[in-house]
Amino acid sequence: MSRNGPLALTFHALFVIVMVAPIVVVCWVAFTPEGFLSIPITSFSLRWFKALANYPEFVHAFGISLWLGALSSCVALLFAVPAALAISRYRFRGRDALSALFLSPLMIPHVVLGIAFLRFFTSVGIGGTFVALVIAHVVVVFPFALRLTLASATGMDRSVEMAAISLGADGWTMFRRVTLPAILPGIVSGWMLAFIQSFDDLTMTVFLATPGTETLPVRMFLYIQDNIDPLVTSVSASVIAVTMTVLILLDRVYGLDRVLTAKGGDAGR
Amino acid sequence: MSATVAASPSDARAGLTLALPALMLFTGVVVIPLVMTVMLSFHDWGQYKGIEPVFILKNWIEIVEDPYYAEMFWRTFRVAVLATLITAMFGVPEAYILNRMQGRWKGLFLLVIIGPLLISVVARTLGWALLFGGNNGIANKLLIALGLISSPIRFMFTEAGMVIALAHAMMPFMVLAVWTALQRLDPQVENAALSLGASSLTVVRRIVLPQIMPGVLSGAIIVFSLSASAFATPAIIGGRRLKVAATLAYDEFLNTLNWPLGAAVAVLLLIALVLIVVGSNALIERRYQEMFR
Repeated sequence: MSRNGPLALTFHALFVIVMVAPIVVVCWVAFTPEGFLSIPITSFSLRWFKALANYPEFVHAFGISLWLGALSSCVALLFAVPAALAISRYRFRGRDALSALFLSPLMIPHVVLGIAFLRFFTSVGIGGTFVALVIAHVVVVFPFALRLTLASATGMDRSVEMAAISLGADGWTMFRRVTLPAILPGIVSGWMLAFIQSFDDLTMTVFLATPGTETLPVRMFLYIQDNIDPLVTSVSASVIAVTMTVLILLDRVYGLDRVLTAKGGDAGR
Repeated sequence: MSATVAASPSDARAGLTLALPALMLFTGVVVIPLVMTVMLSFHDWGQYKGIEPVFILKNWIEIVEDPYYAEMFWRTFRVAVLATLITAMFGVPEAYILNRMQGRWKGLFLLVIIGPLLISVVARTLGWALLFGGNNGIANKLLIALGLISSPIRFMFTEAGMVIALAHAMMPFMVLAVWTALQRLDPQVENAALSLGASSLTVVRRIVLPQIMPGVLSGAIIVFSLSASAFATPAIIGGRRLKVAATLAYDEFLNTLNWPLGAAVAVLLLIALVLIVVGSNALIERRYQEMFR
């Protein structure tokens, strides 16, 4: 295979710089010692990270986001694991329609989902509650939880299960002692990817969050609409740090390239 | 193995039983709310009376007749098309260069380029707002220093800024789609063309490009549909005046409180996107039928 020429490598360097520039700028400006936005910054200071403690609405929103992400990813997996087993090992009529339905939150614009959830939750009387947020997030992260679980369930060697049954294990014991450990990497990485999706979602959540249940992206978005100052850059830098931590864990557990290039790879929004 | 044998009644029962909880969840909180939203778009609304559950075409007629909505939808699709073209223009060569790199570098740069996909879109858009930042933002200073422009360009609150930030946000999808298509290429065909005396430009044009075209097009469909329904980027970069479909629907729901009209805008966006995506998918499949066999 031929190598890249100098022209190609220059293009590549510029491309990578433009891709990371907005993220680097946010993290860089967050360390400004000034009371206003100044680029380039003159010296490093943690002033605006310390200032975060004085803004309870951001701290509260951060807590909501963490809880919401963790809880909705767990609930999504409770539904996704049996569904993944059904789709990977049984052939029945409507199976393709079923998986299309389960992956549909990827295709339907999040703004439409947000509106549909707002209408629905308001009319059943739980509009603006944390429970409503959890249900909505379960649906939105479900495809990610399903896909990674499905990938590991499809690749599993089923003769081990047959062996367990022939040695006298009942169905539940077989699931707990054989199937679950075998698909665990898929489940754990599915949880992490689902967590990131929930933690970052703005478009759908902005329709459902009320002042008591605002998530961090929603709080940030509403804040940016009024003014852009160093405070919101330090919040953003913190959010980026959380995402990066989960990304690194995900890479260790499963391999990020496998997660991102899995079937179509249309993760993230 | 059960996956290879024909459907048996016991298989069907076991499969459906396992999938039942998720099926019930999706019917309850996806299908029913979507149907309710479509119905909502036919309801009446008034400043003082609120939502009236009647069946009228008022909202749909308003969208069709008021040129404000035509202009807004036209802007939505124009911005999405431009963002798609930019991702193709830069994403396709980048994927090709990436694919020719040594293993370790390839993996590293793939992560650097695709990783941003998982970073909060609010944080990424904030980054662009900082780079654009008024007439003396970094972007303008850099362009002037390089001699590319003589006077500053306005990026904030313009369609140009929206297109750039959207193209950046969607770039990973294009690189990923093209990269996947490149994986399926047989490098021996390229080598054969080179050994027969073709220049590398000819090889790209006559051998590589035709084979990865389905990947480019499917990447373009993903980028287009996500750009046309994007919310955060148009809202932050476009400001309060430059509306696209998603931000207008948001306004109707949370500021004006005219839910039926907002629902009509959202439903129209959904229908338009489904038609465009399904239509172009069908076209691509017919055009490249032999490649999908």
